[in-house]
Amino acid sequence: MPKAEELKDRIETALPGAEVSVEDLTGGGDHFRAEVVSDRFEGLSRIEQHRLVYDVFGNEVGGPIHALSIKTSTPVRSA
Amino acid sequence: MTNDEIRQFIDNAISENDVMLFMKGTPHQPACGFSARTAACLNALGVRYAALDILPDPRIREELSGLSGWPTIPQLFVNGELVGGADIVMEMYESGELADTLGVEQPEDEPEPEPAQPAQRPIGLENRLDG
Repeated sequence: MPKAEELKDRIETALPGAEVSVEDLTGGGDHFRAEVVSDRFEGLSRIEQHRLVYDVFGNEVGGPIHALSIKTSTPVRSA
Repeated sequence: MTNDEIRQFIDNAISENDVMLFMKGTPHQPACGFSARTAACLNALGVRYAALDILPDPRIREELSGLSGWPTIPQLFVNGELVGGADIVMEMYESGELADTLGVEQPEDEPEPEPAQPAQRPIGLENRLDG
């Protein structure tokens, strides 16, 4: 059963430098919400941003990871 | 029905309907909270859309995801392009982008989209297995 911590590690490995938080929504290890802040998202559409995150897990999303809710953003630059 | 026929059917549905939603259940009886919320956004904007329930045959989902490269349900297509799943549609609804994409006015009082309650499945066990 996937764990939130494991998902977080895998996203961080795939998107180095990203700020990632993953929450297990039900505690059952199958519905997760991931918030990812990465400069890799710069200039990409939302679809492309979310795909980068989904791609980390391939076929597991829809399988063992029943639902992965995603929120992506780019780092806010301070002036 | 062969897998090729299913894929062809999905392909046609996307190209023939300006606003095409693939979901679990129907807009009136959604079978999943994510699908319910996505349909509710479209309902709140008052757009006409076509919806296909992917649950009756598991191959519908397989072929759809193969075609779109998007792993989860729901999936909203506008003018033949994948717009996103529930997260993206909700975000776009709240920011007004969804109304722009669909070429409609954002309602002035911005009602919270009220999803129909996901229908209870007749067999509880199936719910547990399927989420």
